[in-house]
Amino acid sequence: MPTFETFRMPDAGEGLTEADIVIWHVKPGDTVEVNQPLLEVETAKSLVELPCPVDGVVTELLAEVGQTVDVGAPIAVFDTDPGGEAPADAPAPAAESAPAPESTPASPAPAASAPSASAPSAEAPADSANQSRLDTPADTPTAAGRAGASESGTVQTVGAGAVAAPAAAPAAAPATHAEDEPSGAVLVGYGVRAGSAQRRPRRAEALEPIGGAADSEYPVLAKPPVRKLAKELGIDLTTVTPSGPGGLVTREDVESAAKSFAPQVLATYPGDDQPWLESGTMTKDGRATRVPVRSVRKRTAEAMVSSAFTAPHVTVFLTVDVTETMNLVSRLKADREFSDVRVTPLLIVAKAFLLAVRRHPEINASWDEAAQEIVYKHYVNLGIAASTPRGLLVPNIKDAHRLPLHALAQEIQELTGLARESKTPPSALRDGTLTITNVGPLGIDTGTPILNPGEAAILAFGAIREQPWVHEGEIKIRWVTQLALSVDHRLVDGELGARVLADVGRVMNDPGQGLVWA
Amino acid sequence: MEATGPLSDEGLVQLLDVDGTRVADPDWEPYAAHLTPDALRLAWRLMTITRAFDAEATSLQRQGELGLWVSCLGQEAAQIGSGTAVREPDYVFPSYREHGVALTRDIDLPQMLTLFRGLEHGSWDPVAHSFHLYTLVIGAHSLHATGYAMAMDRDGLVASGSPDKDGAVICYFGDGATSQGDVNEALVFASVNNAPIVFFVQNNQFAISEPTTRQSRVPLAQRADGFGIPRVRVDGNDVIAVHAVTQWALRHARAGQGPVLIEAFTYRMASHTTSDDATRYRTRADEEKWRQRDPIERLKKHLDALGELPQEFRDAVTAETKALGKRTRETVKSWERPALLTMFDHVYAEPHQQVESERAWFDRYQQSFLDEGSHA
Repeated sequence: MPTFETFRMPDAGEGLTEADIVIWHVKPGDTVEVNQPLLEVETAKSLVELPCPVDGVVTELLAEVGQTVDVGAPIAVFDTDPGGEAPADAPAPAAESAPAPESTPASPAPAASAPSASAPSAEAPADSANQSRLDTPADTPTAAGRAGASESGTVQTVGAGAVAAPAAAPAAAPATHAEDEPSGAVLVGYGVRAGSAQRRPRRAEALEPIGGAADSEYPVLAKPPVRKLAKELGIDLTTVTPSGPGGLVTREDVESAAKSFAPQVLATYPGDDQPWLESGTMTKDGRATRVPVRSVRKRTAEAMVSSAFTAPHVTVFLTVDVTETMNLVSRLKADREFSDVRVTPLLIVAKAFLLAVRRHPEINASWDEAAQEIVYKHYVNLGIAASTPRGLLVPNIKDAHRLPLHALAQEIQELTGLARESKTPPSALRDGTLTITNVGPLGIDTGTPILNPGEAAILAFGAIREQPWVHEGEIKIRWVTQLALSVDHRLVDGELGARVLADVGRVMNDPGQGLVWA
Repeated sequence: MEATGPLSDEGLVQLLDVDGTRVADPDWEPYAAHLTPDALRLAWRLMTITRAFDAEATSLQRQGELGLWVSCLGQEAAQIGSGTAVREPDYVFPSYREHGVALTRDIDLPQMLTLFRGLEHGSWDPVAHSFHLYTLVIGAHSLHATGYAMAMDRDGLVASGSPDKDGAVICYFGDGATSQGDVNEALVFASVNNAPIVFFVQNNQFAISEPTTRQSRVPLAQRADGFGIPRVRVDGNDVIAVHAVTQWALRHARAGQGPVLIEAFTYRMASHTTSDDATRYRTRADEEKWRQRDPIERLKKHLDALGELPQEFRDAVTAETKALGKRTRETVKSWERPALLTMFDHVYAEPHQQVESERAWFDRYQQSFLDEGSHA
């Protein structure tokens, strides 16, 4: 059957919206071949000759010389299979059976030959003009009908310019053969702009900008001084809502984040900075002093009750020969690189603990009761329990897992120094993941430490004493200590705790093992 | 032709005059001595194919099948003459009009049109063809080309002792690009680093609509003097001369003697692009004058005079161009719109956080349309 193709006004420049028809080189009924000159159009940019896109017969020209046509609007229809059999249930297109322009009101007469041909219909009432045009496709599917219908009214601006009744067109063009019949109206044009002016319907919900909350892996934008401030305040920049241009985190953002974070983690009470006993009152019998529970004491109590009665503790013990650790401490003390820091056995324990955690990262986790989830941390904020004038504090070293030994020593020194001076910043008390409690200086062997709330393990490090020890088959005097590791049995089984403690002991016994695991 | 200035014939190398007669030139003839009638027929064939493809692509743009087309009509000799002087491991940096050079690099011409239909940023494997992707930013690639040439030097591909294995870069740009900062920076770097690179300027006399006379008071080749770079001016519509000077220049660069600038003086017979109308800034008479100097016609006259262009050969080339035109048309029309998300592919060689983030955002944006899928 005949196969009709509609040729639409192409964008002959870049981003043009319309073009004027200057001259047609063909007329309906002409046999044409690909790339033969079809017409000339004038755009805002240039005078352009448009070559024919197909081999076939011109069925109909849909725009007159002098007419301005939108890009994307149909301007010609071709039958690319004129020899094909006509469909049995439909007569051949009118334009094909009667190619003479004047016999088909729908087809524009070439302006040069008969400019008046379309004039009468222009004078006619809009209704009847439309009727005469749009009746045609309803009865006989002319190509004009196909093209016009598929464009829903665009045919008014494209067809004979005189027939201009846009309002009536959409209603009068229900016979959309192009849609009903796949073989018709194959679109030749590309880059059609007519439809692109329409907005596509969108869902109601707003889309957050690029780099918004949904893209948490996107690097945080902040100026270096703001980054420094955040580091000082212990604020994780990825948790701060940026207010600056382009998602920039500003100084104010960090400061307000610090304000909103602090109370959530660390309650403050009046008199926090005073020694707790000062506000005590003697009992009537003079045999006791009653001190209101507050400040650090109150927090400690709350924390310990919370920890002891929510996390089922299990504690494992290990006695270990740490002579090599003591030798290493002596060596490092004499090392020029370490001359600016205090080197203590605690430093080596901390490093050993970090190495053990690297081998068993599952222990670096916390239990989220509300969410019924276990939160595995990818960072270690290593707490060091410190006895201070205000009471027991557990400031932590941020991202301790990244620190080389010297930096770790610096951090421990700074942390304990600040604690002793009661200058520990609130941020240092927040978001610890694991803790070491150094009970050795008190002269005891070890203890069963209670977990810092929210953490899954705490390591107690007892006194280091010279003791008789079987070393290489003989009883020797060796430096020996006891380690104890308490874990939250909800998420850490005894086995994991034992493996971690064994690894700590292994490194303490032979610091060279640290090279293997580092 | 003017007596002096950028449009003069000062120093212009020519081995084939406008009538197709060989011009004696003892300096340059040796570099064309290997051009047998077979080679010349090949050049004529490649130029003819380039022109036919160019015409087909222009038609496809006019029919709305391509967003834009950049014609190389009239510049076939400059491109085929130079492109046929390239061999492995040379590397070509084209601008965006070098369709003829692409043909000499065995690139499938219809496939190039994905770029001009707005489907891809480039459609060929630059490494496989030693032909870089088109660069639309005027002159920007001259810096990339210079860097590539310096790297070839460091890779031991220059003056290695076995001349057959040496390579060089040839970088194409136009007269307008010589007024750009990037090109001047590239000339500085190439010069002081003695980079193995041939800067091939196709002076087609117009930077879009700006004539060469408004960009220079001297022939463009002379710009190389200030950089200490040897230069040649050649009749860009003389395929034999273009081939000869390019042969020389590439050998010079491959041998470690540093950069060369070639100005191929030619004429852009079409408009700048399909978006441009050249009749607004130049005269029909001027166009007609240059049509008389048509590079393909000139070689045809020469081959005819030698009796080396038999009818069978012409017929075969005609059939070949027709088949190419048909295949080009069918190929272009067969292309579907690519999924929009593919625009994020190949931005970087390796996964990139920012691009991934933008891709994810755009995906969600697309999903936010109620009629999702219809434009994907």
